[in-house]
Amino acid sequence: MIEARQVSKRYPRVTALDRLDLTVGDGVTGLVGANGAGKSTLIKILLGLLPATSGEARVFGHDVATDGSTIRALVGYMPEHDCLPADVSANDFVVHMGEMSGLPHPAARERAADVLRHVGLAEERYRPMGGYSTGMKQRAKLAQALVHDPRLVLLDEPTNGLDPRSRDDMLALVRKIGTEFGIAVLVTSHLLGELERVSDHVVVLDGGRVLRSSATTDYLHTTGTLLVEVLGGTRETARMAAALAAVGVVVRTSGTVLEVEASDGSTYDVVRDLTVELGLGLVRMQERHHHIEDVFRDEEAGRVQPV
Amino acid sequence: MSSPSDPRPSGVIHDIGYRPYTGERLGEGAVAWSLFRTGVRNCFGLGRSARSKVLPMSLLGAMLLPAVVLVAVLVQAGEVLGLTGQIVPYSRYALITQVVISVFVAAQAPALISRDLRFRTITLYLARPLRRSTYVLVRLASLLVAVFALVAAPLLVLYVGGLLAELPPARETELFLAALVGALLLAAVLSGLAALIAAVTTRRGLAVAGITVVLVVSYTVVTAVQGLGTEEGMPRLAEFAGLFSPYTLVDGVQVWLFDVAASTPAPPTGRTGVLFLLTALAVVAGCVVALLARYRKATVL
Repeated sequence: MIEARQVSKRYPRVTALDRLDLTVGDGVTGLVGANGAGKSTLIKILLGLLPATSGEARVFGHDVATDGSTIRALVGYMPEHDCLPADVSANDFVVHMGEMSGLPHPAARERAADVLRHVGLAEERYRPMGGYSTGMKQRAKLAQALVHDPRLVLLDEPTNGLDPRSRDDMLALVRKIGTEFGIAVLVTSHLLGELERVSDHVVVLDGGRVLRSSATTDYLHTTGTLLVEVLGGTRETARMAAALAAVGVVVRTSGTVLEVEASDGSTYDVVRDLTVELGLGLVRMQERHHHIEDVFRDEEAGRVQPV
Repeated sequence: MSSPSDPRPSGVIHDIGYRPYTGERLGEGAVAWSLFRTGVRNCFGLGRSARSKVLPMSLLGAMLLPAVVLVAVLVQAGEVLGLTGQIVPYSRYALITQVVISVFVAAQAPALISRDLRFRTITLYLARPLRRSTYVLVRLASLLVAVFALVAAPLLVLYVGGLLAELPPARETELFLAALVGALLLAAVLSGLAALIAAVTTRRGLAVAGITVVLVVSYTVVTAVQGLGTEEGMPRLAEFAGLFSPYTLVDGVQVWLFDVAASTPAPPTGRTGVLFLLTALAVVAGCVVALLARYRKATVL
């Protein structure tokens, strides 16, 4: 869907993108990077709104430099910043934006009602958007990006400024767009943990370069470590650790969490049986995954904020 | 409640899931037309909140009221008073109502143009198929047509009234059409200047103030200079002063083009009229070029 080759964007003082190569396919692709890593610049280049200094990029096979208008008809864009007029209702606004994408008026109204329902704006869609909470604004912004049923949406920091609950809702929505709706998604975030949950593929951008690009499963393969937590405080945790060590299991304590080396499936049974024997309550027993942050820890790219 | 044999119980909203759009997608022309129509409607507060309708609608009323009164006098008492033509010439109407027109332009140009920049909605327009220049020209055209409608509506009232009062139709039509050309030129100059000011000062209040100052103050100063120049025996100065306010500028063009009665104390004489027409056209062209340049800058995003 998106193919970028050796794309650079240089301003007099800064290099926003430095010979960037990128391929984006179906499903949800996460673009991670700190503020200033070049995410927004890349999106604007892909929309044909900003000319690249050098290199070539294609979206659905159309050259961004010459065919921006065709691309913009097929793509939806949700900018990072505020972009909603305060004195219009979300309903009227999304209808208008649908018409601006070439939908006839009746179709735009029908589509607006549909997408507003999908993003979860109910009765409040008839109120002026100036009075909306951040969460509602983000939903309205998402709705205008979807109203013309694009084949690809570019979502720039959709979780920006949201509280944890709305953040989860928004991420679930992003995932749904990429899977159920069948619309390819390129979503950016400076928070790494978010993208491992919703993306099929993650691209890590740093200083205008691709630091790493691979399927999410590569980042998240299991490590052979079990995380175990028991009911109670440090005393109970210590008892459990001692009991595990006594039966020959390698165990490390970090706070109230035990990291247990699981050589094979039998370790699960050992943990279960020991908790019962000691009369403790098992709160958590979970495989530990690699987190995307580990990529940064390994590759010494300290400028990205961890979750 | 519902039996298992009834698979669709009433009163339950079914999630029908996401439905892709397979219908027609219109081209740039249709999109531009839709943007244009919305823009003109918004200038009169249509399709906006009730509060946004108050000002443009009362201004439209204020524009029409004198025309209605004049027509009433003409129709009812034309013969008694021995009137053989319009009480106020078509070409002078805009100059008499210039304050109302200025307020309308100062209020609606920012609502149409600064608003997109201020709320950064411009990004969403530019991220759609419409080209940047098309967006700018369509916005300008909506403002121009709205201002033209405001200026031309009372002229139409006068014209219809004149025909009802059985003024000579041929002469009335000629004068009316000439005044419409003047109204179009005035609308172009006013909306060009106002759009440019609104695009440069993205803040709405600042734009309103800026446009008011440029239109009202320029007219006041020009009138003062014209009065002084005529009285103090400097007719050339008074004549050229007319170039510096949109209203006197367009009046000068009308005097030169259509040979109508001048509405200012110092109308252009002889070939100075050409200068008035060229200035008016240059102002409009300059505003369009400057507007396009303003939006070409990436900082607009």
